[in-house]
Amino acid sequence: MVKLEIKKNAYYDSVTLMLISKELKKLDGVNEALVGMGTDLNKEIAHNIGVATPELDAEVSANDFFVAVKCGDAAVFDAVLKKTEELLNKKTESKAAAYMPPTLEGALKIDPALNMAVISVPGKHAADVAQSCLDHGINVMLFSDNVTIEEEKALKTYAYEHELLVMGPDCGTAIVNHVPLAFANVVRSGDIGIVAASGTGTQEVSSIIDQLGGGVSQVIGTGGRDLKKDIGGLMMKLGLDALENDPNTKVITLISKPPAKEIATEMLSLAAKAGKPVVVCFIGGDRREIESFGLVAAVSLEDAAHKAVALSKGEPVADYTGFAMGEGKAEAMAKEIAGKMAKGQRYVRGFYTGGTLCDEAMKLMIGTLGHIYSNIPLNAEDALEDPKGGKSREHTFLDFGDDAFTVGRPHPMIDPSLRAERVVTDGKDPSCAVIMADCVIGYGSHPDPAEDLAAAIQTAKAEAERAGRHLCCVCAVCGTEGDPQSLSRTQQKLADAGAVVLPSNAQATRFVSRVLANLRQEG
Amino acid sequence: MSKLNELFEQKLHVVNFGIESFYDDLVSQKVDAVHVDWKPVAGGDKATAANLRKLKQPALAAKIDAANQEALTRILSAQPTIVGLGIAGEVIPGMTKKTVLHAGPPVTWARMCGPQRGAVMGGLIYEGLARDVAEAEALAASGEITFDPCNMHDAVGPMAGVVTASMPVWILENKTFGNRAYCTINEGLGKVLRFGAYDDEVLARLRWMERELYPVLKDAMAIKGEIDVKVLIAKLLQMGDEAHNRNEAGTSLLIRELVPAIMNCDRPLEQKVAAFNFINGNNHTFLNISMPAMKCTLDPIFDIPYCTVVATMCRNGTDFGIRIAGLGKNRWFAAEAELVKGLYFPGYEEKDAARDLGDSCITETAGIGGFCMAAAPAIVQFVGGQVSDAINYSTRMYEITVGEGRAYKIPALDFRGGPTGIDIRKVIETGIRPIINTGIAHKDPGVGQVGAGIVHPPEDCFKQALAACAQSWT
Repeated sequence: MVKLEIKKNAYYDSVTLMLISKELKKLDGVNEALVGMGTDLNKEIAHNIGVATPELDAEVSANDFFVAVKCGDAAVFDAVLKKTEELLNKKTESKAAAYMPPTLEGALKIDPALNMAVISVPGKHAADVAQSCLDHGINVMLFSDNVTIEEEKALKTYAYEHELLVMGPDCGTAIVNHVPLAFANVVRSGDIGIVAASGTGTQEVSSIIDQLGGGVSQVIGTGGRDLKKDIGGLMMKLGLDALENDPNTKVITLISKPPAKEIATEMLSLAAKAGKPVVVCFIGGDRREIESFGLVAAVSLEDAAHKAVALSKGEPVADYTGFAMGEGKAEAMAKEIAGKMAKGQRYVRGFYTGGTLCDEAMKLMIGTLGHIYSNIPLNAEDALEDPKGGKSREHTFLDFGDDAFTVGRPHPMIDPSLRAERVVTDGKDPSCAVIMADCVIGYGSHPDPAEDLAAAIQTAKAEAERAGRHLCCVCAVCGTEGDPQSLSRTQQKLADAGAVVLPSNAQATRFVSRVLANLRQEG
Repeated sequence: MSKLNELFEQKLHVVNFGIESFYDDLVSQKVDAVHVDWKPVAGGDKATAANLRKLKQPALAAKIDAANQEALTRILSAQPTIVGLGIAGEVIPGMTKKTVLHAGPPVTWARMCGPQRGAVMGGLIYEGLARDVAEAEALAASGEITFDPCNMHDAVGPMAGVVTASMPVWILENKTFGNRAYCTINEGLGKVLRFGAYDDEVLARLRWMERELYPVLKDAMAIKGEIDVKVLIAKLLQMGDEAHNRNEAGTSLLIRELVPAIMNCDRPLEQKVAAFNFINGNNHTFLNISMPAMKCTLDPIFDIPYCTVVATMCRNGTDFGIRIAGLGKNRWFAAEAELVKGLYFPGYEEKDAARDLGDSCITETAGIGGFCMAAAPAIVQFVGGQVSDAINYSTRMYEITVGEGRAYKIPALDFRGGPTGIDIRKVIETGIRPIINTGIAHKDPGVGQVGAGIVHPPEDCFKQALAACAQSWT
């Protein structure tokens, strides 16, 4: 049927009406639709597309607005009129689309004061982009990986000579002038300056500093290879020097995996001359060498935060290896949990989105466990075969941010779904006693990383329960109350799913060790 | 104290390359940030990247930069002026009774698109060279007819762009350099020759234009003398036109210039009234002025050695062709013309459309048209856009151009001069292709216009041209 609606003396401009005609044709049951002013041209079109009626020719003038539709039934026509009304009255939300220039030169035209570049383009292009920024005197945070060591050396040599930062490559975290860059947390400002060769390690330290009531002045990332011999710690030197001279920094904290011996010596002797207290966390490294330089050694990332805050507040410094909930309560909980487990439940599975957190957990635990199989093993012979497709083996820890898992997909801190699937898979393994998982929040991370994890924990625990087992899930959230996802909300979500939530990765590790120890005692 | 300590004292201004959410996070914290819409040079095409590197070597780059500045100076100093009207066969260089000029780069009859074939057949019948369509088709295929691009004859033609010997044309002159450009009188919308329609109504209109309209306009121009088109374009950009797809203000301004002279010319009143009504009834009358104005503005940049500025962009519905100032008038770089993204008249859709067609993108080549979209935000509705999109379209064009207009300015950009002089090096480096506002012709001969929208030249034209520059110059 062909239906017509006329509005006398109503004017709309022709482009708007063409757009509406186009929209109406998309409605179910509409064969043809024409909305327009009753001009001769529009009437002719109406004839051409088969929506003309005698009424249209006779009654509609150029000052009248009409809707002519060829459609299935009257209900469709009512829908068309409703839609037309809606489209005519639609107010466009004016969103000021920001202009995005295609080149650095274009960006500099918009803001000539650019002083920091965050670069996450594919690795093979990253060095060129970074060098062009340095050429303009712009500091660089190089998030991209797959940058060659030669490229890194060239960039950092140039940057060091020009007193510019090249944070990276593969640098995930920095907080410069209180601006969190890439993956970073909302940490209160304070007098602790950090130079770090590790991404999630830095997030853990800075977040715990915030939780303890401290704050940071600057957090400078260097990228994981900075302390290798080829690079010689150029950025750690530059950062250390700047923090020494920074009046807002009272305490310096250095974070890295244990560096090459001669680099470590060079860095530590530089740090010893800083004229400010320096906390050094060489994750799993030898504390005696650090202390031989008169520096404060940390036994874990959490401990580094505790010591830095103590120094900042002028309080005495001591190793922190306890539990926020108290020693007694932690032991009682661990015992109770171990008591509920079925015979055969023996192993821990650690599924991490943060590489340094995974590494730290393994280092804190290996002493009592002997072997931990992993895609980032502490000992080469403990490398897990086919970490992505294959099965876990005894005690297994997986870094989901490692290349094996990230080919063709985003980092697990952005998309944690693979990790969640693994929690469910391993929960079905009768030999699995504990599943450990990190949950990193803050800028850059998934808007709600706890959601997937909580659902997986719930499923895994329920399935184990049905099979007559008790599965223990232990989580630590890395982040602050000020983060967009909120520390307390994230912790609550995981606790609601049945996880044991501890305030730090180190405490979570210690707790799991106690559960496993209780299991061993029970035989 | 190192420079790093100075950074600690400054406000952070961040430029982000790559993952856009890092930028969004900064914006949400109200940090000053710019996101670069980064792409690998030439989409990762190594040969093209190597050609670009060669042209960026300092010694060669200095020569190119100087040449491009010279081109910009010539474009900005042009003084396009209407100096009269004439008959194509009498005024266009190299025109014969059996020559048919067409839009776009060179094309054979066999490869011509539907609307252009329709316009050619219509033109042959109009010239009396064929009695009907069948004869016209046979004649066009016979090899007796010389087909040549308008652009090779100091002329430009909208859409099919067909010009035959008897057609009246506007004559424009670039007063600074003395060169001329020619264009037919716009026929109006609907079924018209330039969209490939050739029925009796179309032919009757063409004959009326030659016998009735042309004498009035010619006499009026003889009385008026000259009309400064540069001033008109500067004004229309402040009145919501961009002089390619929107010509409402331009047409009105032209009429104000012409009407006193029309009233004064010695022709019967009915003829003068009919002539006035015709040009007044067609919003696109001014298109056929802005096109030759830009044509005579650009032609003086040919043969500046080492100049990488685009001197011509045009399309014939089959190919899109460009010419580069430093490589001369005889070298075309062509690739398949694209389909236009846009809004279709009711009853038509994309499958009805011919590929991109016409010489009218000479306007964008000279820095108006789509390049001044921010001056004509009404246009952006054709692609469902908002005013901010129109501003962004124009703003992007500054990334690929040598300089900015001095007379042609955009109110919405704080009267910034329009982006002028497309540099192929920048097109390749940024991956940003020129934006063109255009009409859409039906793919079959004889139907006419079916919509309007936005289109780009194929990237391959620029890659070929860049390769030729890299090969020719050291």
